[in-house]
Amino acid sequence: MKRPLRIIAGVLIVGSIAFWAATGANRGWTKTSVPKKTVDETTGLEGIQWQEKFVPGVDFLGAALLGAGFLTGLSFLSRAKSNNPPIETKQ
Amino acid sequence: MKTKLTLLAFMALTGAALAAPQTFDFKDPKGINNAGFKLDAPLEAINGSASGISGTVTFDLEHPGATKGKIIVATASLMLPNPMQKQHMLSDKWLDATKFPEITFESKEFKNVQTAGDTTTADVTGTFTLKGVSKEITVPVKLTYMKDKLGQRVPNQKGDLLVIRANFTIKRSDFNIMPGQFEDKVSDIIELTLSIAGASPK
Repeated sequence: MKRPLRIIAGVLIVGSIAFWAATGANRGWTKTSVPKKTVDETTGLEGIQWQEKFVPGVDFLGAALLGAGFLTGLSFLSRAKSNNPPIETKQ
Repeated sequence: MKTKLTLLAFMALTGAALAAPQTFDFKDPKGINNAGFKLDAPLEAINGSASGISGTVTFDLEHPGATKGKIIVATASLMLPNPMQKQHMLSDKWLDATKFPEITFESKEFKNVQTAGDTTTADVTGTFTLKGVSKEITVPVKLTYMKDKLGQRVPNQKGDLLVIRANFTIKRSDFNIMPGQFEDKVSDIIELTLSIAGASPK
């Protein structure tokens, strides 16, 4: 059980960093909406329209690292798989 | 003599009608009108906007200093990119949007009025009400009167437009929004930007 837990933790760290980087490496908080500026041709006013978009931030990375740390910690608590064959008892 | 008097009366009436103040409605069918707000914070500045804008302004190009009006922002329309921040902002601890559904500014007096063509700048003193607390503040504004431009914005409608732009700051502590608390996380000063257009159909 040790190995799978550590593999999952590693995948979680690498995957979340890759996702964070691929979505713009936002160094602020996670966003679920982003503002899009529009200009009214008649008045020249700049309007803001909100579009639903998930942009992970540093809190997302922090949560992923925390999760990976928890899984790694759990792996230390789980028993290693024994390589010795089970002892047979004579009857 | 009778014809001359009738003509004079007609001219006086027409002149009065042309110089009469117009009322502009700021409920925007295009949804462009917005009020932006910004607060400094350690990780990144909190930037948001509000779209639920309404209100009326009475404006007379001949006497821009006599402009009067009230602009209303629906508290629930305040938007932030982070859902948790938005939830906190509208909660009873911060803006209490349920109890105080409107943020308003009502003008009282225009000072330092300067007009060049269709553009007027002035310092407007009025009552700003936020979270149930009313305070008199002075805001520098720029008004642009756009004659016969409503049709370009709203098809099949004739009329004029009035564009109002304003940038000013307030302190959240002045309006009982967590006064003296979390100032290391959310600044006391709130920068506000108003960019709105009102319509006066004919």
